[in-house]
Amino acid sequence: MRVLRRLWETDPRRDPNPLVYTLLAIVAIAYPIWAQASTGGQGDFLISFLADGGVYVLLAIGLNVVVGFAGLLDLGYAAFFAIGAYTYAFLASEHLVVTPLHEAVHLPFWIVLLIGMFVAAAFGIVLGAPTLRLRGDYLAIVTLGFGEIVPRVFRNLSTWTSGVNGISALDKPVLPLWLQGPWSGDPFELVQNFKIIQPLGFYVIMVILVGICVVLVNNLRTSRIGRAWMAVREDEVAAAAMGVNTVRIKLLAFAIGAAFSGFAGAFYGAKLSLVSPENFGFSVSITILVMIVLGGMGNIPGVIAGAMLIYVVIFGLLGALPPLAEEWATSLGLGSLVATNGEWPGIAQEVQRLRFLIFGLILVMTMLLRPQGLIPSRVRQQELKKGVHEDQTIEDVNAETST
Amino acid sequence: MTALTSAPTDAARDDILRIEHVTKRFGGLVAVDDVSFDVKRGEVFALIGPNGAGKTTLFNSITGIFPPSEGRVVFEGRDIAGAKPHQAAALGIARTFQNIRLFEYMSALDNVRVGQHCRTNSKLWDSLFKTPHERKEEHAISDRARELLQFVGIEKRAEEYARNLAYGQQRRLEIARALATRPHLLLLDEPAAGFTPQEKVELMRLVDKILAEGITVFLIEHDMKVVMGISRKIAVLDHGELIALGPPETIRKDQRVIEAYLGKSA
Repeated sequence: MRVLRRLWETDPRRDPNPLVYTLLAIVAIAYPIWAQASTGGQGDFLISFLADGGVYVLLAIGLNVVVGFAGLLDLGYAAFFAIGAYTYAFLASEHLVVTPLHEAVHLPFWIVLLIGMFVAAAFGIVLGAPTLRLRGDYLAIVTLGFGEIVPRVFRNLSTWTSGVNGISALDKPVLPLWLQGPWSGDPFELVQNFKIIQPLGFYVIMVILVGICVVLVNNLRTSRIGRAWMAVREDEVAAAAMGVNTVRIKLLAFAIGAAFSGFAGAFYGAKLSLVSPENFGFSVSITILVMIVLGGMGNIPGVIAGAMLIYVVIFGLLGALPPLAEEWATSLGLGSLVATNGEWPGIAQEVQRLRFLIFGLILVMTMLLRPQGLIPSRVRQQELKKGVHEDQTIEDVNAETST
Repeated sequence: MTALTSAPTDAARDDILRIEHVTKRFGGLVAVDDVSFDVKRGEVFALIGPNGAGKTTLFNSITGIFPPSEGRVVFEGRDIAGAKPHQAAALGIARTFQNIRLFEYMSALDNVRVGQHCRTNSKLWDSLFKTPHERKEEHAISDRARELLQFVGIEKRAEEYARNLAYGQQRRLEIARALATRPHLLLLDEPAAGFTPQEKVELMRLVDKILAEGITVFLIEHDMKVVMGISRKIAVLDHGELIALGPPETIRKDQRVIEAYLGKSA
């Protein structure tokens, strides 16, 4: 028990990240094997489920750059996600035939992944340039507005986007060369232009993409730029006085966050083969924010764990609850609860109605039990221990030096 | 390393900073009123005055936090009034703050590393992929940061969060962070505030060491022992106006200064 406790209550001096990264890597490799084994080879839906979850991991890593590193509250993050997804839809489907362009574009998945990234980053700069002068709450409101505008534009620009129907039948990713073998039930053969349809393919791509992103973001975190972000988060006036161009460095954080979102959006479009304005609402932005706060803001492994946990809870557990509730009710001898009875809609229906209440309860419980997040950065841990050294610091804000 | 693109003129070589008729208004309030003086290269210049006299406002005008409403701030021969804070830092003006403004949740070492931001040039690409140039630069940044912590005497607390340092150490860390920008002119805003007599002596020694590095020191200070002990020239502000300017001996005897500090009846 004590060993477990020590793993849980990570010492701020000790860096828990290598351990967590190893665990995450093992889980990532073991998961598809477990999924296939536990279902007798029918585990495709489980693998597909987690491949979709990887999209949220990418989103959370990106938002963490904006909120966790640079301290800019962005409530419209899903807008860039939508921009990435729609970029993929336009550039890799038949859809453009039915638009005023009358010409379909079919660019390869890998290229569009990068294009989606750059388009979203460009929009990040367009939104950030005029608004990053704003501080804290005001910035949050502006980004909130942007997050509302973008899906609405996609919905109402129906000559180009097909409005609420969205765009479907997007191209599947294609590998230029692929070695087939017994693992996919085929004889050994080199195949050209191998189409990725199987969930496992998406899953592998996702794991690789997440891995690359983790390495890149970690590099950024420990670089001159990462330090400048944290300096701006800590004290903007002091950062500027130390030679940090605060507007530019904040813009960079915004653009990089948006790039991740666009990247994830393009993958999401390819995986789902469908984009619709309904998938990018305010709730998506908030869900991602919840993921990073709950996981441990600023700390990448924490953010990944938080994203996976929330994803599994929202899209797995909450969906599985109604039948589970029915099962429990029956086995507890409360079978009468299962059927509809006057005002009572049946336990499954009732749980279905209450599922976001349950989600809320889970969130509140987690934040009460572990306010610093699941795997917090040293910073958050220290912040919540405030008071230990309070006597030594001066919190007095000078009216002359603060704006 | 120098950030200057144009060679300083002869006059500028002598005067590192010239404040020319600087006025700063906040709405109807005149915080700094038509103040002019010069700071010579290589000297310790002190700015004193009662609370609310406009000393920190003048510092903020020099460093670009609040650009002056009127007048010129000539640094090394060029007018920098209206320059942004990060531009002032790049030109060679560093500062500390009256109420310590460290990056609290960053290590002491990282605080000094941030100070070197404007003297390093790794781009996004370098940072993302840890290019050899970036690695080399990071190495140099760390070495210099440790040197500076040693220079101010807090190298033992390098890995601590800035907020966990003792008060005097925080003041020293702020100086180290400012020195990391490789300044020609260092502005210290009440560096001895809250110091014990022993710490004040140590601070004066540190200022001497900074001077020996060829850095001009311009400080705001209330402690007369420190001011009289280290400064070559003193400017006195009262209600935003310059009421006296001269070497310590004359300032000590100046009637207007005594009145400003002790009130007219004294």
